[in-house]
Amino acid sequence: MIVNVTVNGEQRSVDLAGHESLLWALRERLGLRAAKDACEQGECGSCSVVVDGDLVCSCLVLAADAEGSVIETVEGLDQADGLHPIQQAFLDHGAAQCGYCTPGLVMAATHMLETDQAHSPDDVKEALAGNLCRCTGYGSVLRAVQSLMTGGQE
Amino acid sequence: MTQARVRRSDVVGGVGESVVRPDGQSKVRGEFEFLGDMSIDGQLWMATRRAETPRARILSIDTTRALEIAGVHLVLTIEDVLGHRYQGQIVTDQPVFAEGEIRHWGEAIAVAIADDEETARLASEAILVQLEPLQPLTDVGEALESGEIYRSIAVRHGDESRHGDVVVEGAYEIASQDQAPLGTEAGLAVPDGQGGIDLWGPTQWTHVDHRQLVACLDLADDDVRVHIGGVGGAFGAREDLSVQTHLCMAALRTGRPVKVVYDRNQSFASHVKRHAARMRYRHEADMDGNLIRVDAEILLDGGAYCMTTDAVVANAAYFAAGPYRAETTVIDAHALRTNLLPAGAMRGFGANQVMFAAEAQMDRLAAVLEMDPMELRLRNVLRQGDRMATTNQEITDSLPSEEVIRSLLAMPLTSDDDSEDPRRLPGGAGLTTDRDHVVRGVGYAMGFKNLAFSEAFDDFAEAEVALATDGAVVRTAAIEVGQGMVTVLQQIARSALGLSSVDVEFVDTSRIGSAGSTSASRQTQMTGGAVLQASRQLRERLLDQYGGDDLTDEGVWSGGELVAPFEVLISAEAPSEHARFRHRETDTPSSTGQGDVHVDFAIAAQRAVVDVDIELGLVRVVQIDTAQDVGKALNPIQVIGQIEGGIAQGLGHAVMEELLYKDGVLMNANFTDYLVPTILDMPKVEATLIEEPSSWGPFGAKGFAEVPTIAATPAVMAAIRNATGLELRRAPVRPDDIALPER
Repeated sequence: MIVNVTVNGEQRSVDLAGHESLLWALRERLGLRAAKDACEQGECGSCSVVVDGDLVCSCLVLAADAEGSVIETVEGLDQADGLHPIQQAFLDHGAAQCGYCTPGLVMAATHMLETDQAHSPDDVKEALAGNLCRCTGYGSVLRAVQSLMTGGQE
Repeated sequence: MTQARVRRSDVVGGVGESVVRPDGQSKVRGEFEFLGDMSIDGQLWMATRRAETPRARILSIDTTRALEIAGVHLVLTIEDVLGHRYQGQIVTDQPVFAEGEIRHWGEAIAVAIADDEETARLASEAILVQLEPLQPLTDVGEALESGEIYRSIAVRHGDESRHGDVVVEGAYEIASQDQAPLGTEAGLAVPDGQGGIDLWGPTQWTHVDHRQLVACLDLADDDVRVHIGGVGGAFGAREDLSVQTHLCMAALRTGRPVKVVYDRNQSFASHVKRHAARMRYRHEADMDGNLIRVDAEILLDGGAYCMTTDAVVANAAYFAAGPYRAETTVIDAHALRTNLLPAGAMRGFGANQVMFAAEAQMDRLAAVLEMDPMELRLRNVLRQGDRMATTNQEITDSLPSEEVIRSLLAMPLTSDDDSEDPRRLPGGAGLTTDRDHVVRGVGYAMGFKNLAFSEAFDDFAEAEVALATDGAVVRTAAIEVGQGMVTVLQQIARSALGLSSVDVEFVDTSRIGSAGSTSASRQTQMTGGAVLQASRQLRERLLDQYGGDDLTDEGVWSGGELVAPFEVLISAEAPSEHARFRHRETDTPSSTGQGDVHVDFAIAAQRAVVDVDIELGLVRVVQIDTAQDVGKALNPIQVIGQIEGGIAQGLGHAVMEELLYKDGVLMNANFTDYLVPTILDMPKVEATLIEEPSSWGPFGAKGFAEVPTIAATPAVMAAIRNATGLELRRAPVRPDDIALPER
């Protein structure tokens, strides 16, 4: 079947099987391999992308259901003059170690900041609680995100 | 020479700076290529058929139906192994596929190779396996009685008739833990068309993979090249082979590239675990609090195959008394064979289990003696020049044990800013806790472990440093799994050469000798040592060649004049130096576990503050403070990252992480049921770095990244005991243990 989506501002038509997940479609059909599969159950957030303004685990979204959707992935974050501020903050604070969870965490953090969900460190923690990281212990992630918030410093 | 030193300190990005990791840009952009992201034209996919039962006789494996599916190329079983049928990093006793008998749940029986992933998976499920169930052995006590022993170590130190004035005894248990790296096992094998193979797989040591692959594939050394791909975390899980042999066999048989990406369930099934342990301890001290004697019996569940278990049990035995002096130790440690998943390497490698028990014993001893628990530790802690209570080895290198304790105690105790946010209660965002049921507790523990390989192992690392167009390039087969070694090697080379631009190139097994494993907290000192040596050789060679006294980005200088511009240095063949770095030799232990079996040690002290909902049994860790021996922090931000990440894994083992078996079947092989700490579970961590230089690490650096994990489990447990007054002899603590304790 053919599914039409807008990915990172670009119209794409994808030929896929009806049972495929959006994560599979992004990675294997569209070659956008930043989103990662680490649990295929919506527990780890490594596959986080934004669909029509909502942060979702793309492993839990049926690709066929994404017809007509506007999808944003970490590949679309880059700005003309370099890294997106959240990417720069992750880099500067050492928030990427093995890097496997990083695309998902970057998307979750970006979405949190853009939708103005977080006003305190507890808000940040709640907003990022769906993204597992096994390397950092989250300290550097929290510092990176808080560096971009006004009044977010603990 | 004064001038040279001044110039060299001008190098940007040398040791001691929080340099940003060179692969960081590609990681935050999502461009970094992990093993599962690799793809090549014409590739086939592999899927693994696994056992759903812990023990059974294999009556038959019928592949007919699987091979009839359109798009299926091949099914492989143990009968297809051309060479040696067994693998394993230290003891090679794990069959490449189940052989004759299923010996644990999740054991690989066969793989199917097909045009696409889905067809491969369908084919793997269509393989008909006839089994006759057998009774699994799932208890270490029974395994000991039936003589199912991989290795026993009896440490006998001091006068066995010696006893103390006060005695505390206890039985302890700690569950098996999964490394749970976020990247699952994945890989790609590509045949070279001449009978050889190129492999990218999940690894911590390509040369040891190479050795096993050559044997199992029955190929010559030169025919197998193991490359370094993007590994998404390891923590011990990649020390033994998972997908590698199967991929190579499939690619060689089909003549096509073969790829695999495991899902989380397959990942749980395919790698070794941290050993579950059952321990009995007896500590004796005099009335002044001097530790006199430690007796311990330690049973480690090694699971169905031995692999690295023989080395893990040695660590458990040698670290059984913790970082303390004692006149007498009587330690019996046994690694046992059961029908659970094979246990092997995980961050801390045998020291975690015993430190969990030994630190609880120290707290109980302090209570009996009515002493402050840290006073008791200060009184007994090993200092440089002391001898290990177990092996009798003298601590000859730096060990700032007193300083880590005093520094920790000097750190302010958190007030947790008295936030009224209900999410800061135990249970967090679940909002289940009544504030009136919350009790705060504070607990302390030490972490202590050996660095690099022990017991007379010939431990070395090779590296090459060469000049390149605009600086230098380091070549190594050491594995970057996320820990940040890539940054540190760059920094060491910059500082040693005096050049600003250094790249690190990870090369395959045919290009350079072994760097040893990325494990045992060893790569900063070992491959770092090789890079330092090769860099110094290269610098000296260039200075000799051009009669110079300094090397900078501009070239070679003499008396303040540029005598050979950089482009001259590389005008002919780019000069290159190779080094093989070895640490000093260690001893094979005597039959009573005595000898200089370790090369070096690192130590830490931690304090955990917890809030416990005593009605619901929920725990929130509020803060962890630590003072950590690091030798020299080559990259402070990365050091902090390792401490925080290490603490997260130790905290997980105290309050949530355990592999649950029912009659030998692993019940929680997924991230819904196997819990790892989220950002809500992690407290603020404050770390004081103690920089007392190591005599042999580059620029005084020490490995240290296992110690935070080792200390965190007992520290959190101690804090929960302090809050609840319960003995809590088992980790992780379950809500029932607190809310419904056995009285």
